Amino acid sequence: MAETPNLDYIKEISGGNEEFEKKFLTIIQTEFPKEKNDYIEYLESENLEESAKIVHKIKHKLGILGLTNGYKLAVKFEEDLKYGDTKLKEEFHEILQSVEEFILKIA
Amino acid sequence: MRCIIVDDESSARAIVVELCKTIPNMEVVAEFPNALEALKFLKHTSVDLIFLDIHMPKLTGVDFIEMVTDPPKIVLTTSDKDFAIEAYGYEFIVDYLVKPITQERFQKCATKLENAFNKLPLEKVETNTGLNEDEDLYINIDRRLIKLKFRDIQIIEAQGDYIEIKTQKERYRVHSTLKKIKEKLPESRFLQIHRSFIINFTQIIDIQDNSVLIERNVIPISRSNRPELMQRLNLL
Repeated sequence: MAETPNLDYIKEISGGNEEFEKKFLTIIQTEFPKEKNDYIEYLESENLEESAKIVHKIKHKLGILGLTNGYKLAVKFEEDLKYGDTKLKEEFHEILQSVEEFILKIA
Repeated sequence: MRCIIVDDESSARAIVVELCKTIPNMEVVAEFPNALEALKFLKHTSVDLIFLDIHMPKLTGVDFIEMVTDPPKIVLTTSDKDFAIEAYGYEFIVDYLVKPITQERFQKCATKLENAFNKLPLEKVETNTGLNEDEDLYINIDRRLIKLKFRDIQIIEAQGDYIEIKTQKERYRVHSTLKKIKEKLPESRFLQIHRSFIINFTQIIDIQDNSVLIERNVIPISRSNRPELMQRLNLL
């Protein structure tokens, strides 16, 4: 079964501080769509070096949202991109899609 | 403890800010999305600690470390463990935290910081300046000046805020830096071969790949220091 994003980590860090949780989710909701778009643009223009840098940023968010396997895949994909290898693209896109849906759900 | 956070990702900065709230006396005085702004800030404001991301565009955390003058304590925050290990050799780097940082790991870091700031030296501090430059070096341990003959010193290793001076018979832990002691050592005998090691190269037994053997100690040679070492040796 595919893992789904969750707020466990954020709740652990916040210690029940709702103000922080709200602020943090706003940051994710603002940053993630832009990073996703940048990533796709760089990928489409075959600028794999820059797309690897965006994957690096995104992978941190995957970890924050409890996507342990997604994080591991992003680590591998980031390295692959540096060597011009895009074979993990589809799997990574599925992860991005699940994060996007999650963000919309909690908005 | 006054600290700043340097990270290009605002989500990462927000987490460190929140974690800092759990540490008594920790005050986040500023946050920076890039290393350049942090460098400018540090020109006019001193802090005790920097939480520093390694992987940042343009100026990386490693660049920042090389550029900052008189660095305070630094905790690296990164997703790249390898980068962190590489930078960990600097004596002012207290810890590195792999993202996403857990509360438990942050607490351990806080303990390390507390030790680093409040360290009670087992043996008292500082190298003495009044020494015979040619033959020996006096180190001050518990108000006792101990004379070490240069020829007896084998290895000097950086260990956080301390250096460990190893002779054939003893090890001495002194509150000082490699930079300070290097100024007191004769170049004819001593050479820094790694950012954490100065060796008495007259005591080398053999050199293999990227390490030297002195007595039973294997000491790494950094790539940048290797040419100078080879130049100093009487090679056939």
